[in-house]
Amino acid sequence: MLSCREETELMSQRLDRPLSLGERFSLRFHLLFCRGCRATQQHFAFLQTATRAWREHHDRDSTLR
Amino acid sequence: MTLQELSRAVDALRPRLLRFALLQLRDAAAAEDAVQEALLAAIERAHQFAGAAAVSTWIFAILKNKIIDEFRRRDRLPQAAVDIEQEQGFDEALKDQFDEHGHWISHPTAWADPQASLEQKRFWAVFEICISGLPEKPARVFGMRELLGMETEEICKELGLSTSNCWVLLHRARLGLRDCLSRRWFGEN
Repeated sequence: MLSCREETELMSQRLDRPLSLGERFSLRFHLLFCRGCRATQQHFAFLQTATRAWREHHDRDSTLR
Repeated sequence: MTLQELSRAVDALRPRLLRFALLQLRDAAAAEDAVQEALLAAIERAHQFAGAAAVSTWIFAILKNKIIDEFRRRDRLPQAAVDIEQEQGFDEALKDQFDEHGHWISHPTAWADPQASLEQKRFWAVFEICISGLPEKPARVFGMRELLGMETEEICKELGLSTSNCWVLLHRARLGLRDCLSRRWFGEN
């Protein structure tokens, strides 16, 4: 069993490389039981959405602020 | 493309280039220089561009190279004591989120409707403050990965880092940003 800290490493790497089957399984299983890691997963996903939106904002409207 | 068309395209692009350079370089004068050099390089090639999209891609690629050059230049200088201190403080704060077995000390909680934040100008100010608050190395890698959308392998190669080192830096950047946005925007703790 991986610790929460190690699972957050997988959650981060998931955004940068394809995880192996074993890693995906470990993460999915862990998330079933861990509220803190589920929240972290949401946060990391949102960071990615936000940075994409940041790029688009500046593409579309550079006078936003 | 005529010089006049190019100049219009460049005017539209400039604020975004500057913001990007500033977030990466954290120094207004250095950011201004890097953008200026990228734009000058573009003007010399005005006749080669087919349209505004091509200009944007090309200038960003040049700017990216200028920024990487600046990183390399900085890496040859001794690291300032205040930067080392900032980095250590940051690492300590991240470590404090977990106990000795790597479990959460206080469980993070889900953010309520984060999507709605994207429409708020104030959010973007906080977002940029949080990125600026990261230590330089994680901020660099994160910026190249997420703000420039580069692939991890390319980033590692450009910065002379091992792949696993890149992943560690990205992980630290994400944990740090999450922590900052939680405190400064989503208002937990």
